Amino acid sequence: MISLHMVKREELPKREQWLIRGIALMGALLAGALLLLSLGHDPLAVYRDMVVGALGSPTVRKETVKIAVPLLITAIGISLAFRMRFWNIGAEGQILMGAVCAGYFAFFQYDSMPRPLLLLVMFLAGMAGGGLYGLIPAFFKARWGTNETLFTLMLDYIALSFVKYLQNGPWKAPHSQFPKMPMLDDRARLTKVFGVHWGWILALVLVAAAYFYVTKTKQGYEIAVVGESMDTARYAGIDVRFVMIRTMVLSGALCGLAGMLQLAGSDHTITEGTAGGVGFTAITVAWMAKMDAFGMLAVSVFIAILERGADKIQTTFKIPASAAEVLTGLILFFMLGCEFFIDYKLARSREKEARA
Amino acid sequence: MDGQATTYAVQMKGITKSFGRVTANQKIDLDLKNGEILALLGENGSGKTTLMNILSGIYFPDSGTIQVQGQKVAIRSPRDAYALGIGMIHQHFRLVETLTAVENIVLGLPGGRYVDRRRAEEKVRAISERYQFDLDPRKKIYNMSVSEKQKVEIIKALYREAKILILDEPTAVLTPQEAERLFGVLRNMRADGRSIIIITHKLHEVLAISDRVAILRKGEHIGTIETADATQEELTEKMVGRPVSLSIARPEPRRGEEMLKVVDLTCIGPDRVKVLDRVSFSVHAGEILGVAGISGSGQRELCEAIAGLYPVTGGSILYNCRVNGTQVMENIVGQRSDQIFRKGIAMAFVPEDRLGMGLVGSMDMVDNVMLRSYRSTPGIFVDRKAPRKIAQSLVRELEIQTPDVTTPVRRLSGGNVQKVLLGREIAYGPSVLVAAYPVRGLDISSSYKIYDMLNAQKEKGVAVIYVGEDLDVLMEISDRILVLCGGKVSKIADPRTTGKEEIGLMMLRGRGEGEEIS
Repeated sequence: MISLHMVKREELPKREQWLIRGIALMGALLAGALLLLSLGHDPLAVYRDMVVGALGSPTVRKETVKIAVPLLITAIGISLAFRMRFWNIGAEGQILMGAVCAGYFAFFQYDSMPRPLLLLVMFLAGMAGGGLYGLIPAFFKARWGTNETLFTLMLDYIALSFVKYLQNGPWKAPHSQFPKMPMLDDRARLTKVFGVHWGWILALVLVAAAYFYVTKTKQGYEIAVVGESMDTARYAGIDVRFVMIRTMVLSGALCGLAGMLQLAGSDHTITEGTAGGVGFTAITVAWMAKMDAFGMLAVSVFIAILERGADKIQTTFKIPASAAEVLTGLILFFMLGCEFFIDYKLARSREKEARA
Repeated sequence: MDGQATTYAVQMKGITKSFGRVTANQKIDLDLKNGEILALLGENGSGKTTLMNILSGIYFPDSGTIQVQGQKVAIRSPRDAYALGIGMIHQHFRLVETLTAVENIVLGLPGGRYVDRRRAEEKVRAISERYQFDLDPRKKIYNMSVSEKQKVEIIKALYREAKILILDEPTAVLTPQEAERLFGVLRNMRADGRSIIIITHKLHEVLAISDRVAILRKGEHIGTIETADATQEELTEKMVGRPVSLSIARPEPRRGEEMLKVVDLTCIGPDRVKVLDRVSFSVHAGEILGVAGISGSGQRELCEAIAGLYPVTGGSILYNCRVNGTQVMENIVGQRSDQIFRKGIAMAFVPEDRLGMGLVGSMDMVDNVMLRSYRSTPGIFVDRKAPRKIAQSLVRELEIQTPDVTTPVRRLSGGNVQKVLLGREIAYGPSVLVAAYPVRGLDISSSYKIYDMLNAQKEKGVAVIYVGEDLDVLMEISDRILVLCGGKVSKIADPRTTGKEEIGLMMLRGRGEGEEIS
């Protein structure tokens, strides 16, 4: 009689951790291959097409980076709140509000100031919009202990409805038949560096900044203490409410910045799809990277590759969008699931004779 | 397991269990007779809990065999253990706070989808009466005191017809009176033919309750002896591996200035009850003021109020501190803890909940050492250089067992966690030190180390407040004892001239106004 049970591991050496992750990726690709075979496609060809579609030429590489940038910045933003065990799932709303606030200057004030100043104002407005939108749930939680998960989620829908309202009314493009906002004037668009708007440079700077903020500054230390135990934080003389509000404003501000970049660098307008699920995918990014800034860089690029690849195979092989999403879902499932096997192992107990 | 008239309820042979590289149990043999109370004695980390977790199905041994009533068995889960009549009462209770006692007791039992609440309640009442538990089956867990929760856990095991009960340090959270009542219950159960294993490291309990003592040291079984033949000294030596002196020193106090003066302190708790009622006392440099009382008499609130962490309704808390070179008594009531900090009031506080309040479990020693001082360095970055040096010297001086100062403190044993906490608080040179239950759950050698540290602070001229639960220790170490009862000061007594029974009585009923003995 063989029986299996779960045992918590000692911390595995880094090499073995990566070995497990590698095995998980292989497992994911195998499972995906079965799916593709059942749909009547050659898995190898599909996989090759995914990689080529995401990384094969300078043009597609730029598209991949464009997906990764908002994902990375948003993930960095929410990871700050997550470290404090403040479950900010309202990044979608904060992105939209950042885009709307930056949009006010981009749509209506673009000719009232010189271009560098305009971009700077948009930049600050985007951060202010997201930050203030993050302040609301933080204030209520600090003051009355409201549940931040529900609160931030509801705010997502409010932001989305607000954008719809702007589209239909005050901000509707003048001569358009449809409820949509105008396209940005060239002056309000971000310039490109190596073919992609300069948001990518900002994202890289933020990775390093987040790393230092979390590990080296007093504020980062306070976030970790508050996240572990509010009693300990009080004991240490930390003003818990203030830290909670400050961190959420920062978290929201980064999400708002992602919204501003999306507006000025990528979409050049605001639609209901400006956030486009980035706020939720960023949660996956933050978790997979275990809130580590450099990890989030790697994971967001990885997910961007998957998304681009999934788009590509839809056109090349006429694979339905839903099947392509199942494929990316499978890969993410394996990658997240394998973390369990890094912390735990299956042990086989040997006691054939001991069984009564 | 029926029909076999063996004398042994349990026989464990050659039990080995390792976690990674650590061997928690090394070829342990242990047997439990029917109808006896066996004490399992050992220091922290000696493998007592691991061994009992194996018996109750939480861990599976790497090798070795277990027999219950003479039958070889494999215990794979707590459910298997219950089927064999083995029930374990853990140190940390596993109860659902929002359910009642009965609901918790029947939770997880096999059977139909519906629970016959009335029948269950009757059975619980029957068990309560039989063993003289005093428990309301319909009370919700969150309304219960620690000792009531423990009763629920024990009844839970009895409800499942457990013939063999394992209790993991059951008295660690109880007052002396509650512990005595628990022992009464255990004796009743023994008289009823049940077998009991009690994990402990308190020697007087071993001698008071057990028939035999099994001693573990560093994962090995040192021996099992009849309690009647054992002495405290012998048990200690077997447990620690070397002779240990069991007396606590009480150096003559050199009372200096008044360092802390509490006047008419009144605090209202969350349910609008006065948790502290016009408490007045003072502590001088170079003395230890013991605080005694049954649990929940206001000790926690008193400590937290002194530390500036509990809202104060009335009265004042005055600290002796130096402002611009002149000595003043500064009232901290109404000031936030970070403001108090900036005033330069050198107050150290070792809270009751070490990992939930005093330390950050997931952080290493370095980050924990700077918890209360990181703010005092200039700039926006934390400075880990000085804390690292302090952490390293703490490891050396207090003999803290840790692989490294970068190991998360949660991974350390209870005694070492406390050394980190107390060591940090002392490292910054306090003038007032408040220690709440500093030896709770600690083994003998760690406890004595803590007593020594407190005495050393007293001799350095620190005003020490020691909140304890073991009256014997309080009587030995304190220069004066403040007795709390229901949030009021019963009396401030001199332990040299007051009897233990007298203090016990003061703990139970207040004597009106507190009077100062100087």
